[in-house]
Amino acid sequence: MKIKARGANYVELDYTPMIDMTFQLIAFFMIVINFEAADQDQSVQLPTSVLARPPETAFESPITIQMVADGRILMGGEYYADAEAIRPLLKNERYILQSQASTEADRKRKLAQVTVIIRADREAQTGRVQDIIQVCQDIGFERFTLRARVEGGY
Amino acid sequence: MAIKFKKRGLPDKIPIDMTPMIDIVFQLLAFFCMTLRVASAEGDFAIKMPLVAAAAGEPDPNQSPERFTLRMRADAAGDLLEMTMAQQAFTGPGDDRWTQLRQFIAGQVGQGSLAQAAEVELDCDYNLKYEYVIRAITAVSGDIGPDGRLIKLIEKINFAPRRPPAN
Repeated sequence: MKIKARGANYVELDYTPMIDMTFQLIAFFMIVINFEAADQDQSVQLPTSVLARPPETAFESPITIQMVADGRILMGGEYYADAEAIRPLLKNERYILQSQASTEADRKRKLAQVTVIIRADREAQTGRVQDIIQVCQDIGFERFTLRARVEGGY
Repeated sequence: MAIKFKKRGLPDKIPIDMTPMIDIVFQLLAFFCMTLRVASAEGDFAIKMPLVAAAAGEPDPNQSPERFTLRMRADAAGDLLEMTMAQQAFTGPGDDRWTQLRQFIAGQVGQGSLAQAAEVELDCDYNLKYEYVIRAITAVSGDIGPDGRLIKLIEKINFAPRRPPAN
């Protein structure tokens, strides 16, 4: 007996839920992606503190300097042996900032707005961190923040 | 004779080829999945380091009238050996010494306007591990109360001139 095939040869799938879900995932990742994480080198193990709080407002002119446990300095994606080695980079930063100002008062204001963010490893020597501060002061920067990991944070 | 025109229109359902869109969407998803890096929450401690240091023998115009110097000595390995402030030594295992330091500061300045004017200078050995500096800053800055509120103590913190490295 011959049995007649019923219906079409293929089944049409409904892609709508899958596409909905995928777009939601993409939207989620786009929101949580943190471009500032580029400044958070994973080789630096920050000390922890219960009182460290993320800044309420973003710094106007931040310069991030990182120090790994052995005392090498990480700035702009490059490692440097000591604080003296980053002096030309900091001078360059100062030059760029000052070139944006027209008057002397404006130049001073620009320099005063710079915040040097120091992310030093918990095992790093304090004297080496102070060397960074000293070099920054020589260049003309006077605002510093020491970064720590929030204790109890994720 | 009536001429019958055949209705020429779009079919009820237009088949759209979804394959390229799904390809792109999955590529985007894969990109975001691979580049996602969970960064831990970080916070800051502001420190004041004025450019002009006072000349020897002259009063520093930036200096606070209530200034406390915290001396932190390190052993050869960089661990904290001794911590003193105004001839008061803070000793004890674990977190005891930090609790003592916090209580000492609270006893000296309280939480009023004196705390806002007071200043702590950190005088550390060169090889002291940075971790202890942050712990000291935490202790002198305040504490988290039982209700979860921040109890502020001293906000003005700076470093004493750097000590030379011990050979």
